[in-house]
Amino acid sequence: MNMSEHTQQNEHKTEGTPLLDDPRMSTRGVDVFYGDKQAIFNVDLDIGKNQVLAMIGPSGCGKSTFLRCLNRMNDTIDICKVTGSISLDGEDIYDRKIDVVELRARVGMVFQKPNPFPKSIYENVAYGPRIHGLVDHKVDLDEIVEKSLVRCGLWKEVRDRLDQPATGLSGGQQQRLCIARAIAINPEVVLMDEPCSALDPIATATVEELISELSERFTISIVTHSMQQAARVSQRTAYFHLGKLIEVGDTDQIFTNPTHQLTEEYITGRIG
Amino acid sequence: MSEKKTIIGTHISKQFDQELEDIRERVLQMGGLVEEQFGRVMTALMDGDADQAALVAAEDYKINQFEMEIDEECVLILARRQPTASDLRLVVAVTKCIRDLERIGDETERMARMIQNSIEIESPENYYKGFLAAGESIRKLLQSTLDCFARMDVMSAVKQMREAYIIDREFHSMTKQLVDRMKKDPESITSALDMMWATRCLEKVGDHCVNILENVVYSVKGQDVRHQHLDEVEETVKQS
Ligand SMILES: Nc1ncnc2c1ncn2[C@@H]1O[C@H](COP(=O)(O)OP(=O)(O)OP(=O)(O)O)[C@@H](O)[C@H]1O
Ligand SMILES: [Mg+2]
Repeated sequence: MNMSEHTQQNEHKTEGTPLLDDPRMSTRGVDVFYGDKQAIFNVDLDIGKNQVLAMIGPSGCGKSTFLRCLNRMNDTIDICKVTGSISLDGEDIYDRKIDVVELRARVGMVFQKPNPFPKSIYENVAYGPRIHGLVDHKVDLDEIVEKSLVRCGLWKEVRDRLDQPATGLSGGQQQRLCIARAIAINPEVVLMDEPCSALDPIATATVEELISELSERFTISIVTHSMQQAARVSQRTAYFHLGKLIEVGDTDQIFTNPTHQLTEEYITGRIG
Repeated sequence: MSEKKTIIGTHISKQFDQELEDIRERVLQMGGLVEEQFGRVMTALMDGDADQAALVAAEDYKINQFEMEIDEECVLILARRQPTASDLRLVVAVTKCIRDLERIGDETERMARMIQNSIEIESPENYYKGFLAAGESIRKLLQSTLDCFARMDVMSAVKQMREAYIIDREFHSMTKQLVDRMKKDPESITSALDMMWATRCLEKVGDHCVNILENVVYSVKGQDVRHQHLDEVEETVKQS
């Protein structure tokens, strides 16, 4: 890309505090293109350790695109090109040396629609630790499966039917199973793209409670369309608009007194 | 950074616009009634009209009713809309302002009852002069306060806070004068005490006005300026 064009398009500054002292992940000057079309513009953002970062913004503003950069899920889309730098614990995740499979074990992902494998409940959780060689013995695997399910508050509900198909669980149970699957391989970061949008209020509350608990051990970044959810589960909030990172700040501040007009308009439901 | 505009009427939900506009409008109506009641008490005192004072005291329930109704509307908005940012601050500020307005109503009622007594006992015009002047200052303060709320004008809000501070100092000298009078003329103790209590009422009305002004600043700026020095408040308000 032509450099002068680059600076011109990226002539905007993120309001608030996008950078942190001791981040888990950092992105600097990240641009994302789908073919000729640019979807993300020059994003500098740090994701703090053991914190929940909420990403909000209107549909099509690039939240999912940006989230997928963080564990290189965009690699699977042919026309998608990511430039700039993204690091995990100071290490460039787009470096040639990086093993993408291993990266995705360190940076796990939970999707909008619960997507359990068409296998047993046990196998859904055991699969990751097994292929990543985290265990040698069946007892160790059993232990990981149980621990992960307990942590997701699912153990009591499924302990007696671990060998039954995961697809037989309710939507909320399936989503918690997917989260159990993601954390079974002990990731550093868990990315969640609208994890509750297919769930009822009770299941949503359970998953939100789980997110808060998990943030004590993991770093979490969640995309959500629910302002209340962002306000409830996150400590920091990032607002995206047309591919640009407009404002980042403490969640409490963003929802009571945002700095940028666009943030204010979006969270109060006004026409921009 | 550009100055943020906070105009109510631009939500995607027109219904939400209407609900916010409604509570704002109702606060102004309530404020109008509070102001009117206050003015009537002062007139009653000036005219020595005990019946008029009694009437004012009897009508305080209307103000209470306003408070309860607006409060309920605010609760419904919180439940229905889960407002954020400036909307949230407006609703919170409204719930606080109507409390202060209701308290001003209570102080007005109390003054009405006291004045009724004083007028019935005797006609000590001498006491009233200073009191009436202070009452007029407070009436103006109340009027300007409601004006600041109506226009969400933070610059005038700070100006009125300064005004309130000056008036407050006058009360101290008034109280001293009343004490001196009681010392010199023990006969006057009963009526002077009444006047003392009425002065306390005026003082409290002034305090409630300041609370409302602080809430105007909170609603517009998102900054809690309670317990701040006025110069600091002014700094806060000037920042965009
Ligand atoms: N696979 C793709 N191929 C081409 N363009 C894409 C692709 N995925 C996303 N885009 C485009 O990139 C932009 C950002 O999309 P993205 O899905 O990241 O938005 P989003 O903020 O997640 O929206 P939503 O809230 O609706 O999920 C959009 O203009 C979208 O059309
Ligand atoms: Mg998306």
